[in-house]
Amino acid sequence: MFDWLQLLSDPNARWILLGSMLLGIGGGVIGSFAYLRKQALMGDALSHAALPGVCIAFMLSGSKSIGLFLIGAAVAGVAATYGIGFMTRHSRIKPDAALAIVLSVFFGLGIVLLTRIQHSGSGNQSGLDKFLFGQAASMVRSDVITMAVISAVLIGACALLFKEFKLLSFDPGFARGVGYPTVLLDQLVMLLLVVAVVAGIQAVGVVLMAALLITPAVSARYWTEKLGVMVVLSGLFGALSGIAGTWISASGNNLPTGPLTVLACTAIFGISVVAAPKRGIVAKRVIRAMARSRLARESETERLRTERGEQAL
Amino acid sequence: MKPSPLTIRNLSVAYRKKPVLRDIEFEAPEGKLIGIVGPNGAGKSTLIKATLGLIPRLCGEVSIYGEPYARQRRRVGYVPQRESVDWDFPTNALDVVMMGRYGHLGWFRRPGRKERAIAMECLDKVGMSAYADRQISQLSGGQQQRIFLARALAQDADLYFMDEPFVGVDAATEKAIVALLGELKEQGKTVLVVHHDLATVEEYFDWLMLLNETIVAFGPVERTFTPEHLQTAYGGKLTLLGRDERSALILG
Amino acid sequence: MSTFWIILTGALVAASCGIVGCFLVLRKMAMIGDAISHSVLPGIVIAFLLSGSRDSLFMLLGAAALGLVTVFLIQWLHRSGVQSDASIGVVFTALFAVGVILVSLYTRDIDLDLDCVLYGEIAYVPWNTIEIGGTDIGPKAVWGIGLALLLIVLIVGAFFKQFKLCAFDPALAAAVGIPVALFHYLLMGLVSVSTVASFESVGAILVVGMLVVPPATAYLLTDSLSRMIGYSALVGCGSAVAGYYVARVLDASISGSMVCVAGAMFLLALLLSPKHGVLVRQWKQRRFARERSA
Repeated sequence: MFDWLQLLSDPNARWILLGSMLLGIGGGVIGSFAYLRKQALMGDALSHAALPGVCIAFMLSGSKSIGLFLIGAAVAGVAATYGIGFMTRHSRIKPDAALAIVLSVFFGLGIVLLTRIQHSGSGNQSGLDKFLFGQAASMVRSDVITMAVISAVLIGACALLFKEFKLLSFDPGFARGVGYPTVLLDQLVMLLLVVAVVAGIQAVGVVLMAALLITPAVSARYWTEKLGVMVVLSGLFGALSGIAGTWISASGNNLPTGPLTVLACTAIFGISVVAAPKRGIVAKRVIRAMARSRLARESETERLRTERGEQAL
Repeated sequence: MKPSPLTIRNLSVAYRKKPVLRDIEFEAPEGKLIGIVGPNGAGKSTLIKATLGLIPRLCGEVSIYGEPYARQRRRVGYVPQRESVDWDFPTNALDVVMMGRYGHLGWFRRPGRKERAIAMECLDKVGMSAYADRQISQLSGGQQQRIFLARALAQDADLYFMDEPFVGVDAATEKAIVALLGELKEQGKTVLVVHHDLATVEEYFDWLMLLNETIVAFGPVERTFTPEHLQTAYGGKLTLLGRDERSALILG
Repeated sequence: MSTFWIILTGALVAASCGIVGCFLVLRKMAMIGDAISHSVLPGIVIAFLLSGSRDSLFMLLGAAALGLVTVFLIQWLHRSGVQSDASIGVVFTALFAVGVILVSLYTRDIDLDLDCVLYGEIAYVPWNTIEIGGTDIGPKAVWGIGLALLLIVLIVGAFFKQFKLCAFDPALAAAVGIPVALFHYLLMGLVSVSTVASFESVGAILVVGMLVVPPATAYLLTDSLSRMIGYSALVGCGSAVAGYYVARVLDASISGSMVCVAGAMFLLALLLSPKHGVLVRQWKQRRFARERSA
């Protein structure tokens, strides 16, 4: 408890907590649209694909500025989505393989570039490794502010375009018919995913950022059948895991933030799987048992009725 | 007395809450072509899949020639719906037909010259021997369906299950399938066919099962294919037209 | 000599992943490879902590167990109504996170380097050799992966028809009495084995790349399954060799370069494959149109 208070009294730690909370909300919100569009692993692919973009941005500029990384990652992300789309549209490669190909080849390229940077020994490369797993505690105040602002923009964009995204995820054909620019909206969802990934790079790392985009959304789906509620819940779950991960990581044991956040997220998911109403394991067992007994009862009454009918004849 | 090719007792299947099949009980007669018809979602495909153990049953017993299915696999042939597989799979028509022999080969034997000969013969029966080397993605829908039929023939079974073989096929294929069904019947085999086109029921089948969650009627076509039974199976979705009611049926 | 061992290791990894990868790609389970290659990490670490040795056998067992746990969890979630790709994402990130935390917690006791885990250090392969009766019989990694490859070739060879039917039409496979679930887990076991055998030397990402990229390349080049497997192994070996020299020139990660070369080969096949190449098809259509109009 003492740690907790101390943490809150440190302004830097407060900023970091706020930042990871916003990041969690942003990831959860945009992630639920990706999940509903059956593109849950897109976040995984995009976060891996961001690595070469970030490396190239670093090589060109020589500085560790999150703004430049954002641009680099966005370019790489757009290239990745285009590549996946091209393969699935123009060849017999199936979407899952296209995703895996883009993910591994882009990441391979990123590793090549990363090792180039390390071997060429340019001064401040050391921080670049942190991108793999994230270290929230090592962030400076300006990084946190940037992260918070990006996440806030992300959340704002989703709030503004909620109705459009909803229709796009549910029935893209109809959305086109109504006159929505579906291709543009599609790209926008991808771009927002990239933005979430980039925002999370320093805090969670590229490898595990995917979890923040997937797990809260899947957990939220267990609790509700309404999209609005699901998005809010997903954001809430993301925020909770962001706070928990950062707090444990910052309270002195020097564990990387990314995995801790992911585990917090997974714990929420576990609770949802077991306890959620209707879809949870417990609820399902009950429903199945009820169906069995109802079936037995119905066929029993049916039998009685026919017997009675025969007697009447 | 010889046991029936297929006996099902007390079979029920449920997805989630909703029962899809309830208290299915019937005994299929030997050497008949049996059509299974019913509205969408009546559980026609589910009945076949549950019989073959491809989906879990809530309860029920299935016996084939008097014994459980696991012991009679070689006597059963199965034609799944055409969309159930990926036709981009890297293989050719002959190879797909040879897959019908895998059940007879046991664990380690590989298909050899004998299997190839059987497969060619079956391809010939469906009029597809000219396409043996063709990659399967380059075949038309009807040709793909005929490949599936040839594969079922290669299984050399006594009891066949066919799931919607007439869907999306050209006239030539439809004719080929009908001819094949006739030939199977002549050899004394029993065939259950999930069907959707009421207009052709009388022409194609000897026996009919009207299914809608439960069995509405089961028996020879003359007795089961009546407006009353159809009305019960299809509910209000069926409109009967014309003077000769039984030949002009339209689904509305 | 060390060049030879490095290239050999890369080629063996590429061949074993290339073979099992074909079935993954055909069963539309490419991302399962990604999942398994990440989630074996906790298995390796736990095996290491329990046995206290870097003995490959323990690690192999630990990782294979975790690989199967991964697949089981993914299937269970999928069956309970979660989309399959989302269940993959949930499971592997969680297990990988556990692995990373274990490594960080026991970082003093383990000389498993986190970076190595991800992108491997194939360059160290030649220095970690085994000796039998005092004679050096070559790097440990080569033996490990060689054995894995042998196992894969034997099992896939013996049960080729079952694997094929399960990939093409699992319903029929089940109907004719092939134990579909058994072969599913056998395949997943082989994926785990090849992942684990390759893991320490080439890293998770090279494994994912080699599991998917060469099979996809081969998929574009041929219409026969047995040829597809052969081509896939060849493409993998080719990119291992070429990737090594590219890495030498660039002074960069060897395994990363191998994946990049494989990616380049895939791109070539995608555009120029005689049957399925995008450019070739366009060119054929254009010629056809010209002939029609002429």
